[in-house]
Amino acid sequence: MALNAKNLNEDEYFYGHKACAGCGGSLAVRLALKALGERSVAVLPAGCMSAVGFNFPQLCFSNNAIISTFAGTASMLTGIEAGLRARGITDFQAVGFAGDGGTADIGLQALSGTIDRNDDILYICYDNEAYMNTGIQKSSLTPFGAKTTTTPAGKNIRGNLRPKKNMFEIVAAHDIPYAATASVGYINDFINKVDKASKIRGTKYIHIIAPCPTGWGIRTDETVEIAKEVVDSGLWYLAEYENGEFTLNYRPKEFTSVSDYLKKQGRFKHLTDEDIEIIEKSRNVKWERINKTFKNAGGK
Amino acid sequence: MKPYLRDKIPSVFDEIPASPSYEAGYLVTKNSGWRNVKPVIDLGKCRGCLQCYLQCPDGVIFKRDGKVGIDYDFCKGCGICRKACKFGAVEMEAEK
Amino acid sequence: MARKFLSGNEAFAEGIRLAKPQVISAYPITPQTIVVERLSEMVEDKSLNAEFIHVESEHSALSWAMGASAVGARAFTATSSQGLLYMAECLTYAAGGRFPIVMMNANRSTALPWNIYGDQRDSLSLLDSGWIQAYAENAQESLDLALMSYYIAENSAVSTPLMLKLAGYVFPHTYEVVDVPVPEQADAFLPPFETENKIDFDNPKNLAFSAGPAHNDIFKYKEHIGVLNAAGVINEAERKFADIFGRSYTGLTESYKTEDADYIIITLGSIAGLVKETADKLRRQGKRVGVLRIRYMRPFPNADIVRAVKNAKAVAVLEKDISFGNEGTVCTNVKAALQKSNIPISNFIGGLGGKNISKKDIENIFLRLETEEPEIKFIGIETSGGEI
Repeated sequence: MALNAKNLNEDEYFYGHKACAGCGGSLAVRLALKALGERSVAVLPAGCMSAVGFNFPQLCFSNNAIISTFAGTASMLTGIEAGLRARGITDFQAVGFAGDGGTADIGLQALSGTIDRNDDILYICYDNEAYMNTGIQKSSLTPFGAKTTTTPAGKNIRGNLRPKKNMFEIVAAHDIPYAATASVGYINDFINKVDKASKIRGTKYIHIIAPCPTGWGIRTDETVEIAKEVVDSGLWYLAEYENGEFTLNYRPKEFTSVSDYLKKQGRFKHLTDEDIEIIEKSRNVKWERINKTFKNAGGK
Repeated sequence: MKPYLRDKIPSVFDEIPASPSYEAGYLVTKNSGWRNVKPVIDLGKCRGCLQCYLQCPDGVIFKRDGKVGIDYDFCKGCGICRKACKFGAVEMEAEK
Repeated sequence: MARKFLSGNEAFAEGIRLAKPQVISAYPITPQTIVVERLSEMVEDKSLNAEFIHVESEHSALSWAMGASAVGARAFTATSSQGLLYMAECLTYAAGGRFPIVMMNANRSTALPWNIYGDQRDSLSLLDSGWIQAYAENAQESLDLALMSYYIAENSAVSTPLMLKLAGYVFPHTYEVVDVPVPEQADAFLPPFETENKIDFDNPKNLAFSAGPAHNDIFKYKEHIGVLNAAGVINEAERKFADIFGRSYTGLTESYKTEDADYIIITLGSIAGLVKETADKLRRQGKRVGVLRIRYMRPFPNADIVRAVKNAKAVAVLEKDISFGNEGTVCTNVKAALQKSNIPISNFIGGLGGKNISKKDIENIFLRLETEEPEIKFIGIETSGGEI
């Protein structure tokens, strides 16, 4: 039976933490652990979620949880998996929660090694599109145009000049058993993907968009709706990769306005109409490709 | 099962573990001081759809008698619950 | 006990097989490779029941081993030189986490210039990482230390990772007859790994957490005490080892004819054998010389050093290391140990990048000590103006 608000495990595993009010990353971690249950062992690298959850003596995970080095989410995760297996323990889920920088930049090598070995772990990237813990610096998952503290928007440079790295398809290119995209704006989709992943053996990867009110320049109550809007406007998409095929999970009937989505956020306030047009065009190119190559996308 | 507030705050030498490893879910401080506004549930309007419970980043909304309650010790007042409620059962009130 | 003709690295791999690590992670680097190749063969032929994981970097090798240790599994990894430096972040992490991993480091020069031969710059530059550091002299000792390492590291009063140094490019190519214990003996010596410092499903833990200014110093103090506690546990391990295997070791140092010696060379690692041979030769000529071999750089054998040199007129520290802008790191440590004595202490730096240190060089060191004038000297470097 599909997981939903009514039947989701009522235990709370991530609680009392010091994340900013309205933090999308903490919502993703909370929900994933509720879907996985008390036999999950969580690995979190140096970053927002470890900084807010593990300040002795305020320890905010009720399940077994450990901080890894920044680059070492995947490697520590697989050490835990192999160590428990070597000790004859099999009834557990090793799950990692790393941010966009911890995943797509400094942790990419270890993640690639883990997928290559097909270690039996679940890796969840909570993507808030910049190094938020250190004060909103650009990562390789910061989208085009976004202002960060290292990609300022001035007369000469208008925020981040490079597009967002395509982590989902990079992971899929390893021929991983299961990969998915998600958004905290579509919670049921996310928790069911976590549940599905936990039942697949080998490496699993879920990439969830998790807005950061502080870094994105939105109000604390807008986290979930802006995460819905990024999907509805077509700038992000809900999909899965399994058995060598991509599947689209949700197609908005009509895309909502890219401009409206961007203008709600402080990090995009400086964008000109031409900038917004570039973003719209790249969205359209992306969807042309999705339509051609993803199942359930119309073209295939 | 969830992390909860403890009476004992380990602080002196012998109470500090030999390695950075300690009982899971050990809370010694609240988050209530973070709030400027707090959500208040109108139980008359609440239909128990649990969307506020689902969307709360802090997990402070819990099921109670077919509807919901809020753990104000740990609510930060972000207001996501108010936006989540289709029935207008959550109002944000200024903290006094 | 079986007698086998083995290289130092092979002997060490035999010792690790007997210690039965449950998980092994390794990334290849010359000259560590023989150890991990032998271990993977042992896993393949099922003479070693361990998970062998092919990690994609040294950083991951140790990060992975920490994960395994954090769930209570006995972990082993091995590296050398640039690999050790690449995993440096994980070294302090494992020590602070009190994860008693054992790692072999094949001592090798550090770039630049590139060089694959042995010196001690790699591990000595990481002396402050919180690990117990042991330096083996020969193949037999490397095998025995492999077994003893886990006994020491896993002791609950220690709970500290241990780095065991084999001389890179000396050990792989030097074969010796080695006593290889039978598994029953090894099992009688080394108990299974038990720790409270682990993930536990009955009593869940939050591990490797942050500790702010209020408590951080207490964790660091306890980490320091853990390393210091190793000294007593090393003695305990060696007593038990002697009972079972009949081979004795002498703790943090080995004194060789120091009792009545006027001139003593303090050194460490594989060069110690040649220094002892040279001392024997000079003794036959009537010179009262001795050797103090440092077996453990951490915990540092301050008291052993004071005791060993108390009757000497001068000492020299011979090491394959330089802390640029100062002197050799071993020498600095020895000087600190001898701060209350007036004994002249010289530092001889040699063997960098695998350059040979000859018997003649060592004789020269003993000779120069007779001047009782302290000096810091690179041996074997000739300039156009003569020897430096």
